[in-house]
Amino acid sequence: MTTFGAGWPTLLHKELLRFWKVAFQTILAPVLTALLYLLIFSHVLESHISVYEGRVAYGAFLVPGLVMMSVLQNSFANSSSSLIQSKITGNLIFVLLPPLSPVDLFIAYVLGAMIRGIAVGLGVLAVTLFFVPSLLYMPHPLWALGFALLGSAILGTLGLIAGIWADKFDQLAAFQNFFIVPLTFLSGVFYSIHSLPRFWQQLSHFNPFFYMIDGFRYGFFGLSDVAPLTSLGIVLTCALALALIALALLQRGWKLRT
Amino acid sequence: MRPAVEAIQLARRFGAVQALAGVDLTVHEGEFFGLLGPNGAGKTTLISILAGLTRPDTGSARILGHDVITDYRAARRALGVVPQELVFDPFFSVRETLRIQAGYFGLRRADDWIDEILAHLDLTSKADANMRSLSGGMKRRVLVGQALVHKPPVIVLDEPTAGVDVELRQSLWGFIRKLNRDGHTIILTTHYLEEAEALCGRIAMLSAGRVVALDTTRNLLSQFAGLTVRLVAGRVPASWQSRVLRADGGVYLLRLDDYADLEALLAALRTEGIAITELALQEADLEQVFLRIMSGARASVTAVPA
Repeated sequence: MTTFGAGWPTLLHKELLRFWKVAFQTILAPVLTALLYLLIFSHVLESHISVYEGRVAYGAFLVPGLVMMSVLQNSFANSSSSLIQSKITGNLIFVLLPPLSPVDLFIAYVLGAMIRGIAVGLGVLAVTLFFVPSLLYMPHPLWALGFALLGSAILGTLGLIAGIWADKFDQLAAFQNFFIVPLTFLSGVFYSIHSLPRFWQQLSHFNPFFYMIDGFRYGFFGLSDVAPLTSLGIVLTCALALALIALALLQRGWKLRT
Repeated sequence: MRPAVEAIQLARRFGAVQALAGVDLTVHEGEFFGLLGPNGAGKTTLISILAGLTRPDTGSARILGHDVITDYRAARRALGVVPQELVFDPFFSVRETLRIQAGYFGLRRADDWIDEILAHLDLTSKADANMRSLSGGMKRRVLVGQALVHKPPVIVLDEPTAGVDVELRQSLWGFIRKLNRDGHTIILTTHYLEEAEALCGRIAMLSAGRVVALDTTRNLLSQFAGLTVRLVAGRVPASWQSRVLRADGGVYLLRLDDYADLEALLAALRTEGIAITELALQEADLEQVFLRIMSGARASVTAVPA
């Protein structure tokens, strides 16, 4: 009698192999991009921008933002591109025929996305530490880790939903360009929202990405725009809500099973 | 004994198209079952429902007694599907593809079995080649391998030999026959009627989402036409008039009950002094049966008032 174990570890393994085999573009390229942001922005803006009332140098302030931005964007890219590629080439059927449950699919795609996001984030951190070694002293590393995990889970889940929803690459690109990118750029990656006019400051509070980055930064400096526990609560709520939506879609087989 | 596959009143509509209109079907364990029908008859929809890729509007389906929706894990474990489309994951080699597929079913350390599959499908030399580098026929064989990797008792092949050259078709047939001999239940859809005739013990013909014929291959063949003889002569012996199926200006088609009948016909022709210009024996093939059933089915479908 053949004994069957769980199938999701293999799907996770496949998701990891998929980006690892092209690590040059899935890990190294985003690390280089983040490094260029750091070099150019910190060089140009260092003397113009003051953050946390001057208690933190702009270059140092920028690094956690860039790390988190890389984590978020790459988590989203992993699950969404894996799904859309499988859908377009038709090989998604290999995942739909086995007895993988909605929870199995969710765990594998989201964990795969988180690992890619965190790997890129660690890469960015490693390279930027070279330029801002003072960051090595982190007052609250567990807070930073917690926000990185939650942020990557949220974006991995969004990528899963977008990948299921999109029928074509350009739909996915639209989702990324008109939704993910604006929300990350307007979340305080490059600035503290206290330097914004009041209206934009208020508006930023409706952007969940702001809380991910602000909470993550708290881990590095012990300083943040809002209380880290508030951010944690909001981010956790978002993660759970999106997970429920994704699971409901998988359960219904929306766009996957006709 | 529980059936290998059981479909009960399966119906499914896609927009304006009624892909399946109440299909009842039972396939027994160990059978080699053929599913025939023109494009759009509902074959792939039926298979997709069995595989859990499509949900029926009404009705239910079971694989070895396991409902494909409420008990989908057991149902999918019992079923291996070779899809019609030639799909593959370009990131992986042949061996990786098979290992991953085994893993999805929760099977680890399946390498011995994978080696066996590779050998049977003549893919051993390509085990470490990337999927992209394979020819169409090889990719098709990998798809067969992927369907077998969890040792399913029931195997569904959706047009496995479409676009495959003659040599490979023969070797695939041989392999599928062996699987059937080893106890696997096989369900085959195909456009090649000779293929169904040669392989399948029982056949269901689908048209417009309905089963229009369901019988053993032998019965289907004998029920229609059977053995015929095409005779070009001045006339037909008086005692054979009742056997004329078709007469067309000196070309007659006569029905024979068996090969021994031929001797009686020749004797009658000799006795009556009828000169034969041409005589050819014809066996009924599934194509004739298929065409007749399909034309009958179309007529009855169009007869239904809109």
